[in-house]
Amino acid sequence: MASMPDVDLWGVPLAMLGGAIRVSTPFLFVSLGECLTERAGRVNLGLEGTLVLGAMTGYGAAYETGSAWLGVGAAALAGTLFGAVHGVVCRLPRVNDIATGIALMLLGIGLAFFFGKPYIQPVAPDLPAIPFGWWSESPQVRTALNVNVLFLAGCALAVALAWMFRATRIGLTIRVVGDSSDAARAMGVRTHTVRLLATAAGGALAGVGGAYLSLYYPGSWNEGISSGQGLMAVALVIFARWNPVRCLGAALLFGGAGALGPALQSVGITQGYHLFYAAPYVLTLGLLVATSSPTRALAGAPGELSISR
Amino acid sequence: MNRKRNQSRRDLLTTTAGMAIAATAGTLMPWRVGQAASLTVGFLYVGPKDDYGYNQAHAEGAAALRAIDGVTLVEEENVPETVDVQKSMESMINFDGVTLLFPTSFGYFDPHILAVAPDHPGLRFQHCGGLWNAGDHPANVGSYFGYIGMGQYLNGIIAGHATASKKIGFVAAKPIPQVLLNINSFLLGARAVDPSIACQVIFTGEWSMPVKEAEATNALIDQGADVVTCHVDGPKVVMETAAGRGAYLCGYHANQSPLAPEQYLTGAEWNWAKVYQDMVETTLAGGTISNFVRGGLAENFVKMSPLGPAVSGPARKQFEAAKAEIMQGGFAVIRGPLKDNRGNVVATEGQSFVETDVALESMDYLVEGVIGSTS
Repeated sequence: MASMPDVDLWGVPLAMLGGAIRVSTPFLFVSLGECLTERAGRVNLGLEGTLVLGAMTGYGAAYETGSAWLGVGAAALAGTLFGAVHGVVCRLPRVNDIATGIALMLLGIGLAFFFGKPYIQPVAPDLPAIPFGWWSESPQVRTALNVNVLFLAGCALAVALAWMFRATRIGLTIRVVGDSSDAARAMGVRTHTVRLLATAAGGALAGVGGAYLSLYYPGSWNEGISSGQGLMAVALVIFARWNPVRCLGAALLFGGAGALGPALQSVGITQGYHLFYAAPYVLTLGLLVATSSPTRALAGAPGELSISR
Repeated sequence: MNRKRNQSRRDLLTTTAGMAIAATAGTLMPWRVGQAASLTVGFLYVGPKDDYGYNQAHAEGAAALRAIDGVTLVEEENVPETVDVQKSMESMINFDGVTLLFPTSFGYFDPHILAVAPDHPGLRFQHCGGLWNAGDHPANVGSYFGYIGMGQYLNGIIAGHATASKKIGFVAAKPIPQVLLNINSFLLGARAVDPSIACQVIFTGEWSMPVKEAEATNALIDQGADVVTCHVDGPKVVMETAAGRGAYLCGYHANQSPLAPEQYLTGAEWNWAKVYQDMVETTLAGGTISNFVRGGLAENFVKMSPLGPAVSGPARKQFEAAKAEIMQGGFAVIRGPLKDNRGNVVATEGQSFVETDVALESMDYLVEGVIGSTS
C-alpha cells in the first residue's frame, strides 16, 4: 500500500470482544438447546430450521404487536412446538432422529420463508441493550460493551444448566435418561416423556436464538439471516463436550473469531481476508484434533445418543 | 415456487389439441390480424423480490410491465445460481409459454443461460450484467446493464461534503469488476470534494451474509468512517446498522431512505422500469432487442434517490453540477494521472476511461485512497 493509514491495532481485540458478545448469542442459545436435548439422549439436527423459524416468528410477532419481548415469546413458542414435533416423531419405533432432524430443518426453513415474505420490508422494534461502556469516552468501547439482555440471560442459563445437570433431581433424571434407558426405566423414570420435554425445551432455546438474530443483531428478518449458524451451533455441542459452560466458551470463541475478518480489514490488514473468514473453522478443527484421543471414546458423550451407540 | 411443474398426460393432450385448434383458427380467421399482440415475460430472481436491494430493483422494473397491454408476467424468486435456474427457465418456457426471459442474477449467465438458450432459438434471453459477445454466445441471448458507477460517484460527492472524519466506508460483497468500479467511483467522487479523503472497504465474500455485513459496518464505523455505502444484494442490514451507530448513509440498488430518513443522504438506484418497458415494446412491435444494451443516468437506466435533509447547500450544488456534466455523456470517473492503491499506474496523464468504455467492465484494481485489497 502506498500510504499506510494510522493503524489502530487496539481496535482488533476490541472489535473481537464486541463481536464475540454480539455474534455469539445465537450460537449460545442453539448450543444450549442442543446440549439439553442431547443430554437426554436425543440428537436434534433440526435446530437450524428452528433458529430460522424463530427469527421469522419473532420478527413478525414483534412487528405485529409492537413489542420486541412478545416477539421473543412467540419465537420461543414456535421453537417449543418444533422441538415437541421432533420429540413426538422420534418416540415412534424405528424412527431415526438424525433423518427426522434434517427433515424438520428443511421444513422449518421452508415455513419461515413462506410466512416471512411480508416481513422482509417492515421494520420491527429492536430488543434493548444495556450500555456497560458508559464510563468510556471512546465510541468503540461503548459499542463493544453494549450488551443485549439476551446475551446475559444466555450466560446465566449456561451456568444454571450446568448446575442443574450436576446437582438437581431434574438434571440427574435427564442425565440418566441420556446415559442409559435401561437404568432410567429401572428407576421408574418415563424416558419418553423426559426426552420429549427436553427436546421441546431445547427447541424453545433455539427459537429464542433466532429472535436475537432478527430483533437485535443484525436486527432484521431476511432469508439469509442464519447462514448456517444453527448447524455450527449443533456441532459446537460436541466441541464443548456436552458441557453448558463450555458451550458458552465455544460460542464466544466462534463469535470473536467471526469478527476477526472484518476487524482486520478495517485496520488495513486486507490481504487474504478469505483466510480470516475461515478462522472459526480452522480453530474448531485444530481444537478437535488437539483434544481427541485414539484410546477412548468422546469424553462426556451421553450413552444413549444415536451417534455414540 | 408454487407453480405447477408436472402436467398429466391428459393435460398435455388437451393443451396440445387446444393449441392446434387455436393455430388453425388463427390462420382461418383473417380478422384476428387486427388484435393486439401478446407476450408472456418471465423473470427469475436470485433472492426475495422485496429485499430493498438488487432483486427489488428488478422486480419493480418487472411490475412496470403490467401497464402494457397484452403482457403476462411470470416471476420466480429465490432461484439459486445452480442447475435449478435451468430447470426454472425450462419450466417457464414449457408450461407458462414464456418467450422473453429475464434471468436477472449475474451468475445465471455462464453456464446456465448459455446451456438453455441454444435449445430455444425462437425465444429471447435477456441477462443483466453479463459480457455478451457475438463470437462466443448465442444470438438469442442479450446483455444489458447500467453505468451505476456514476451513481456511486455522485454518492461520493455528497459523502465527501458530509464526512467530518475524512474517512468514508464501503461494505462490499466480492471483488468483481462492477463492485470495484463502484468502490473506486465512490472514493473519487469524495476526492473531487477533498483529496485527503480515504475510503475503507471491507469485503464480506458473499452477496447475502447479514451477520457479516453488520460486523463489517460496525468495524468501519469503529475505525472512524462516518458515511457508509455498500454493494451487497440487500443493503437493509448495512443501512440499519450504520444508522444505529449515527453514521450517514448513501444507498445502493434501491431507495433505502425509509429505513433512516434523517441520515440517508442519497443513493444510486437502478431504474429498470424504463429499460424493461422499452425491451418489451420492441418485442411486441415485432422488432429485435439489441444484444448489448448499456445506459447510464442520461438514458434513465440509473437514477439518484432524492437528496436527504442532511445534505448541505454546497454539496447539493456540486452534486447537481456533476450530474449535469454526466448527463451530457462522455464523463470519465477514471482519468489520469491515477494510480492504484499498490502504486501501479492505471491511467496516465491525459488518459481517461469514459463511462461507456468496455475496459471498465474488467476492472481489477482499487485506486489510491481506497484502503482494502482485492484478494
